[in-house]
Amino acid sequence: MADFWKRFKRNRGAVIGLAILLAVVLIAVFAPLLFPQSPWKMVQRPFLPPFAMDRFPLGTDTLGRNVIAGLAYGARVSLLVGLISTLVSLLIGIPIGALAGYFGGRVDDALMRFTEFFQTVPNFALAIVLVAIFEPSVQSIVGAIAIVSWPPVARLVRGEVLSLRSREYVEAAILSGQTSITIIWRQILPNTLSPIIVLASLMVATAILLESSLSFLGLGDPNLMSWGYMIGAARTVIRQAWWLSFFPGLAIVLTVLALNLIGEGLNDALNPRLSRKGK
Amino acid sequence: MLRFIAMRLVKAAIILIAIVTLNFFLIHAAPGDPAAVMAGEAGAADKIFLEQLRAQFGLEKPLLTQLGLYLVGVLQFDLGFSYRQQMPVADLIFDRLPATVLLTITAFIISLVLGTVAGVLASARVGKWSDTLISTFALLFYATPLYWAALMAVLVFSVQLNWLPGFGYETVGGGYKGFDRVLDIAKHLILPAGTLGLFFMAVYMRMTRASMLEVSTLDFVKTARAKGLKPGIIQRRHIFRNALLPVLTLAGLQAGQLVGGAILTETVFAWPGIGRLMFEALAQRDYNVLLGVFFVSAAMVLLFNLITDILYRVVDPRIRVS
Repeated sequence: MADFWKRFKRNRGAVIGLAILLAVVLIAVFAPLLFPQSPWKMVQRPFLPPFAMDRFPLGTDTLGRNVIAGLAYGARVSLLVGLISTLVSLLIGIPIGALAGYFGGRVDDALMRFTEFFQTVPNFALAIVLVAIFEPSVQSIVGAIAIVSWPPVARLVRGEVLSLRSREYVEAAILSGQTSITIIWRQILPNTLSPIIVLASLMVATAILLESSLSFLGLGDPNLMSWGYMIGAARTVIRQAWWLSFFPGLAIVLTVLALNLIGEGLNDALNPRLSRKGK
Repeated sequence: MLRFIAMRLVKAAIILIAIVTLNFFLIHAAPGDPAAVMAGEAGAADKIFLEQLRAQFGLEKPLLTQLGLYLVGVLQFDLGFSYRQQMPVADLIFDRLPATVLLTITAFIISLVLGTVAGVLASARVGKWSDTLISTFALLFYATPLYWAALMAVLVFSVQLNWLPGFGYETVGGGYKGFDRVLDIAKHLILPAGTLGLFFMAVYMRMTRASMLEVSTLDFVKTARAKGLKPGIIQRRHIFRNALLPVLTLAGLQAGQLVGGAILTETVFAWPGIGRLMFEALAQRDYNVLLGVFFVSAAMVLLFNLITDILYRVVDPRIRVS
């Protein structure tokens, strides 16, 4: 663990990313304490420009709602959706990849054709159709993002399992009479953990971008304030009020950038032999 | 080669049929009566009309028969009817398709050319400040939501500087004809294609850089150096040609993202393509249009993949032989 942290720390970008992410997490967790009033509530005149009043440092929107409160509550949605949809994608992708890699042959063929189908289909268009048909809500958004994001997980796990299953310790486990499921779960999967962790950190970033794009198009959960929704609502007034789309966008860029930087740092720390390749 | 193309076409057809099947089940999985879904919510749906729809689509028949009828319909380019727009979905889509094709192809060419050039430059200067700068840009582009970049481009180049139009396909009421009209459309194309293209440029750049560095460690490059060839020639003839292959593969894989990006870009710039059509259909919950655009965009991706696969074989003679 100490070793891990030493290697992670060596990547300066990753440390900066971790700091940004921690700040976003804190804001998200303490949003109700920082801004006790609902972000949907009208608190000032509409179109108050930023830095004009101390209580509303980022101004107000078209309906006089506090922009900075919206950002704080939006952080909750982004992080929550990003995290849960990544977990669901892992739950779909890991078993499919593990079964395909372990059993090979026809099972592998069938599962990989299935995976390929979801990789070929235009992701974003499918996510839009899914959320629109099942009505926008946190559940449908998480489900749609997971359905379009799991194929890379399956491919990664399949590749890892394929290379591990011919190792001697796996053969020993087979000879000792363990069942296939036990071997996959106890012997093989723990050894594929580090590349999965790296991929997952990058997937959270992609999921946040996807969620914000859906909300931008008006497919966000109607009960939750989110960054994408704020930009979408401000789109038509961009000529009068630049700040309404500028600040939420900046929040997305910083959060996604932080996650990507952390992903690179994790890669350096968990796969030290690969990390210097190409540099 | 012909055999290869035939095989790929069969595969593409299977995927298309799978998508149609998926669409069919999505209509049935939606909450409420499929007839109501097809009519586009309750607005257009009175009782007699819904009865007519049920009869027309054979909704009393067994599910598999319905699926068969639906498949046959799609094969005849019947993507259903938009009750909101009072037009067949296929007509709506084919009206809008040329604008999307123009936008995506322009963006693709911009991203591929600029991306590979920047990648080659970055790989030749590993560790120097220009390499760091280019890599930082790529990292930033990765993190930027495409629709937000598009909005900011409108804000800067259209609202503030007033250099370029940030809205639409051509000047409304401009009355341009012939070459002037082409110029007018090109002007309107710069911002949407630029934002969409710049975004993918980052992806190709990173790939080109990594693949140039990887190829340059291979034995045949050492041989070329040992022969005393000029570094420029080795860079262009030996390394670049080989480094291009993974970039081409990536371009094929990215086709779906390009279509997804077009939906967002068209929404921001009011570009009258199928992406904008999808956005308009969303507000009205016009499911037939949504599913139709999804189907056609998937077909576009498959066609694009086929083209990159063929190009790949043309570029890499090793695959042609084996």
